[in-house]
Amino acid sequence: MKARVTVTLKTGVLDPQGKAIEGALATLGVTGVASVRQGKVFDIELDAADPGRARAALEDAADKLLANTIIENYRVEVLE
Amino acid sequence: MKSAVIVFPGSNRERDVARALQLVSGREPALLWHADTALPAGTDLVVLPGGFSYGDYLRCGAIAAHAPIMEAVRDHVRRGGLVIGICNGFQILCETGLLPGVLLRNSGLRFICRDVHLRIERSDTPFTRGYNAGQVIRVPVAHGEGNYFAHPATIARLEAEGRVLFRYTAPDGALDPRHNVNGATNAIAGVLSEKLNVLGLMPHPENHVDPAVGSTDGRGLFAGLVAHFAAAA
Repeated sequence: MKARVTVTLKTGVLDPQGKAIEGALATLGVTGVASVRQGKVFDIELDAADPGRARAALEDAADKLLANTIIENYRVEVLE
Repeated sequence: MKSAVIVFPGSNRERDVARALQLVSGREPALLWHADTALPAGTDLVVLPGGFSYGDYLRCGAIAAHAPIMEAVRDHVRRGGLVIGICNGFQILCETGLLPGVLLRNSGLRFICRDVHLRIERSDTPFTRGYNAGQVIRVPVAHGEGNYFAHPATIARLEAEGRVLFRYTAPDGALDPRHNVNGATNAIAGVLSEKLNVLGLMPHPENHVDPAVGSTDGRGLFAGLVAHFAAAA
């Protein structure tokens, strides 16, 4: 079973890396970019066959390690 | 004072800390590997040194926070034992939840390696009894992620409970955004746990203990700890 966990910074948390990327895009002549917020994507393969159980395991993983919930939100998607 | 310094893959300040402890306490600290599972019996002080544990993978300190030795460090904290996390050690303590908050990328984006001025906010802790409250010391920082951040309610609680131990200030002790090198909330450079036995700080007092490097301002931290344990014995 394949899954994806996406971790993004919470609204209001300073994202200097996103700001730097935003600046670099402007330098490259990519126009119309209002703002950039960067995050992380984890593609995970699981042995579990039950999507519910897989989701629970991934939420556990995100809470314990993949995300720091003081500053980050996460989204779990079971892909297939 | 019997101390232990934890070495993670990628730590690089453990020898600076060990040298400072040896110099000031007269006793060689135990160096423990991250895969160890116990502290030497009778350990008074545990230090998590600076560096780039696990290459800063995922987030600074995130992987080290779950290393086998950390369970023993948690037990030590539960028993009221003292722990200091310096730089990456501070990041690790935040990731374990032993200290609140998190260290974000410096607001100016750049890695900062230079001396800063710190104001000691209180002297009635084991970590700062070697200083006077309000005293300003000069010690180096060397970090890319030292911008202390926590939920506003957490910050308010830290301030109300006197758990902000060090702040970045001007040389005269005045708060000044120009001297808040990494953009930390309320210029926080070091915080204490609820029971005041765990300290995390970004600067490196262990690098200013020898007159040969031009400043001994960091000595007070170690000397104060030695006095604390001598008084307790």
